[in-house]
Amino acid sequence: MFSDHRLVAFETIVIKEVRRFTRIWLQTLLPPVITISLYFVIFGNLVGGRIGEMGGYRYMEFIVPGLIMMAVIQNSYSNVVSSFFSQKFQRSVEELLVAPIPNYVILSGYIAGGMVRGLCVGLIVTLMSLFFADLGIHSLLITISVVLLTSLVFSLGGFINAVFANNFDDISIIPTFVLTPLIYLGGVFYSIELLPPFWRVASQLNPIFYMVNTFRYGILGTSDIDVAWAFTMLCLFIIVLYGGCIWLLRKGTGVRS
Amino acid sequence: MTVAISVSNLQKSYASGTMALKGISLEVGQGDFFALLGPNGAGKSTFIGIVSTLVTRTGGKVRVFGRDVDTHVYQTKLDLGVVPQEINFSQFEKVGDVVRTQAGYYGLPRKLAAERSEKYLRQLGLWEKRNDRSRALSGGMKRRMMIARALVHEPRLLILDEPTAGVDIELRRSMWDFLLEINRAGTTIILTTHYLEEAEQLCRNIAIIDEGRIIENTSMKKLLLELDTHAFILDSDAMLEDEVNIDEPGLSLRKIDSHSIEAVLSGGRDINSAIAALDRLGIRIISMRNKANRLEQLFLSRLRGNGEEGG
Ligand SMILES: Nc1ncnc2c1ncn2[C@@H]1O[C@H](COP(=O)(O)OP(=O)(O)OP(=O)(O)O)[C@@H](O)[C@H]1O
Ligand SMILES: [Mg+2]
Repeated sequence: MFSDHRLVAFETIVIKEVRRFTRIWLQTLLPPVITISLYFVIFGNLVGGRIGEMGGYRYMEFIVPGLIMMAVIQNSYSNVVSSFFSQKFQRSVEELLVAPIPNYVILSGYIAGGMVRGLCVGLIVTLMSLFFADLGIHSLLITISVVLLTSLVFSLGGFINAVFANNFDDISIIPTFVLTPLIYLGGVFYSIELLPPFWRVASQLNPIFYMVNTFRYGILGTSDIDVAWAFTMLCLFIIVLYGGCIWLLRKGTGVRS
Repeated sequence: MTVAISVSNLQKSYASGTMALKGISLEVGQGDFFALLGPNGAGKSTFIGIVSTLVTRTGGKVRVFGRDVDTHVYQTKLDLGVVPQEINFSQFEKVGDVVRTQAGYYGLPRKLAAERSEKYLRQLGLWEKRNDRSRALSGGMKRRMMIARALVHEPRLLILDEPTAGVDIELRRSMWDFLLEINRAGTTIILTTHYLEEAEQLCRNIAIIDEGRIIENTSMKKLLLELDTHAFILDSDAMLEDEVNIDEPGLSLRKIDSHSIEAVLSGGRDINSAIAALDRLGIRIISMRNKANRLEQLFLSRLRGNGEEGG
């Protein structure tokens, strides 16, 4: 009677997630597009002209990859954290918990939803950037894979945040106090060559720094870091976060009493 | 008889320290219409939560159609549909989407999911509302939507936690008919309710839970047979001047206000004997009613009994 029920359940979750963020596109798709275009205009065009070159490129070209990554990171994270938390809050998460869906399918569904939103916004921002900068692609494989993996990492992070969140404050604390600073200090707007030695080393402890630089490498072909190491680190993050999510789901943290 | 659900020594203590279930054992046969009764806080919803895996138990076993819920997760969940006491759907989704999405969670391919949603939304009178946001439904409609949602994968066992709370009388009756119909068609039903008349109308077997323990588990027939006293209020056409005080074996009559008399019958005495006795006093009875639902009286006496035992 059933085709593979797990596949159907997965599709159902993804469709529901996409329906959610497109239904509220004024809150989900539009704001990042506006913010990022302001960055393009202000930092790229107005201020950027006076800065001259950064890391060997026009300032605009330098920041575009970072801004695209910023959009992907923020949107992947915020989609999963808001959606899963609001399901908890409205108790509609019970619809999933009573159904015969393995935990990894539940997790994959939400993660896929977060990635679809992250990548959608990333794509819109990329298309917009074409009006401001003239970007080629140095390595398509590296560019695409680093975006996918980064989006995956932050979707998983958003899920963990949602599991532990008890109120609406709890879903904005991490994005505001952790993610945003790490993104801004992650070399989106400057090359770490500009930093004094101490901060240069400190920056290398920031995972987002590696993601942004790897993406920039994929597009421009230059980077402050070792790309192989960046991929290794991304994979490690994914394994640890995925394991953590599955463990939390199995324990029923935040969802079963 | 195949057993739809059997639980043994079910225990739950919540993180807060509340012992909600103190070792419950219960069997409900396939095809049964079973009532789970008990006062507020007795542990009914906790029991249902455990069966549907939303609450993790701290002890005991649960089997659904003979299968252990721990080792046969997929099949036991497929066999079970639950209508919860509290609203638990996304308020922003459309009615049709809520039901169809649930079908998808159970693995129903899209076409079948759409057919089933339509079938049950129609049966529950919500098809016209399918494109409305679910938060825009009235309270009774929300309950019916949750019934449609619980049935969309056509479970063999349907558990409803106070499905008729806050539902108007007409709708309640049509919900009863609906539940009787799917029960006749083979679905085993367990329901909790605070309307004892509802349990009397619908259910063949009952259990009463109080303070996390089962204090009665019997058939509705046997329970009603145990009730051998009936109390009625009789209304006279004229003002009652004198006291009425009759105490015969099996019959007692007492004036309770200017126009009414309480009649308590037991040991097989019938209401005619009460009316005849009053007639002899020149009192004419123009109407009568049950003093209270008989089941309610029994229920209250059981709960009081349990309280005394418990100290
Ligand atoms: N999530 C929870 N955390 C802590 N205690 C709980 C929780 N849910 C229920 N309880 C407690 O467990 C006991 C049983 O509650 P339950 O909801 O099972 O009762 P019930 O029989 O369904 O009552 P009602 O008729 O009011 O719905 C109560 O003392 C209640 O306070
Ligand atoms: Mg309850």
